[in-house]
Amino acid sequence: MAAAGSLTSSSIAATPRNVLALRLAVAVFVLCVWEGLSRSGLFYGEVIPSLLAIFASMGKLLIDPIFWRNLQVTMVETVASLAIGAGFGITVGIVLGANRFLMRAFEPVVYYLSPTPRIILFPVMIMWFGVGPASKIALGALSAFFAIALSTAAGMRQIDPILIRVGRSFRANVWQMAFKIYLPAMRVPILNGIRLGMGTAIITVLLGETKLSNQGLGYMIMQVYTRFDMPGLYALLMLVFILAGAVNALIGHSARD
Amino acid sequence: MAETFLRRRGPELFGAATLIASALVFEALIRGGVVNRYIIPPPSDILLAFERVIVEENILTRCRDTAFEMIIAGGASVLVGVPIGVLLYRSALWRRAMEDWIGALAAAPIVLAFPLFLVLFGRSPKTIIVMGFVHGLAPIILKTVEGLASTRTVLINVGRSLKMTQSQMFWKILLPSAMPIIFTGIRLSWTFVLITIVGIEYLINLGGVGQLINELAERYDLPGTYAGICFVILVSVLFFLALERVESWLQPGR
Repeated sequence: MAAAGSLTSSSIAATPRNVLALRLAVAVFVLCVWEGLSRSGLFYGEVIPSLLAIFASMGKLLIDPIFWRNLQVTMVETVASLAIGAGFGITVGIVLGANRFLMRAFEPVVYYLSPTPRIILFPVMIMWFGVGPASKIALGALSAFFAIALSTAAGMRQIDPILIRVGRSFRANVWQMAFKIYLPAMRVPILNGIRLGMGTAIITVLLGETKLSNQGLGYMIMQVYTRFDMPGLYALLMLVFILAGAVNALIGHSARD
Repeated sequence: MAETFLRRRGPELFGAATLIASALVFEALIRGGVVNRYIIPPPSDILLAFERVIVEENILTRCRDTAFEMIIAGGASVLVGVPIGVLLYRSALWRRAMEDWIGALAAAPIVLAFPLFLVLFGRSPKTIIVMGFVHGLAPIILKTVEGLASTRTVLINVGRSLKMTQSQMFWKILLPSAMPIIFTGIRLSWTFVLITIVGIEYLINLGGVGQLINELAERYDLPGTYAGICFVILVSVLFFLALERVESWLQPGR
């Protein structure tokens, strides 16, 4: 790696200070280009609104009770879908990880279904659970399930056999084995699975809301789009990206600790 | 012989048998009136609907439309992503400054920005292709950098001892060595591209197979909707299997 690194042709050292300076320079450049395009009149109407308008919209959104109410709906749906998906995912992951026969029988099904576009199952979820929040929760749970189940199964297989032997030598019962040996040893893979599952659950819940809903941030995005309120649309999308990134980073951080 | 086969393939056969048995149980429950057939159609009706979906709904033509969007978006991701990855590899400063941002782009819910892309590019395949391209870009960039950075020192030393030029070094040593990891990036990227394209087709009711599922659902053609979904899942699985095959062919040692 080091030798490969010597092939790079950078004249400025990659010190933390230089990295920070470059990031700031890139951010300022992008913002300047954006503002320049916005004022150039090259684009129709407010397709590229000025940064000032976007930040003003963001400020308005943050003091608007409707935004907070919709955020609350999306959060409840996401947390519920994650709880359900994690419950089923961890259970299935433990069963598949603990039993070689079942792993060979069913893991390929879970593995190959996991990267399919799940939003296409939304019509089925609407038929099963109606047009309310339940269909979004079900779709989100289904999305989260696959990542969590696969990560848990892989984590289960990676547990150090010595830990299991220690538990057995202390004559630990099934519950003690589960809560004192298996679950603590699988904390990182389970949290990683939950992080991945949460990412897909958020996206699926929001997409479900954009398709058919009368509440939630996804619904709000469609409302703003229908009004052609471009600064509002950019502001809302930025807030959603920031929120999703923050939650993702938080779970990632707890997985590393 | 049969016993050996059963012992070797027993779990897989058990898995397949369980799926078939589940379908049969559903068939019995639906025909017995326990499960409402207007919510879940009998599996036999879904199987029969396959022919209708293929012949009358032109699912193969729609698959071709989706595949066209896939090829353009996936191809553009490779054509743009690999050179960006190479440029980032060549500058340690740029790499360290941009890698986290590109990682954040890979994890961002870009697909949610489809209303924005609709405004920018109109309700046309262009929107679908651009969204697929943007979503597929980050994994290729990251894996290209990773692949080039993990080139073995001995290979680079061989190149130097042969007094290779920068260009020869890249084409004869770095790129072939990084190829398996770059392909892993391409597999991840094309998975993202496929999910985005089918998802957007469904959401904005335009294009290939995603639009078909939306139309069938809006017509309340239940067996057709389920058959369409099964067809898309089947095509997706075959697509991922093919990509995996190519990937393992590129990495025979793994």
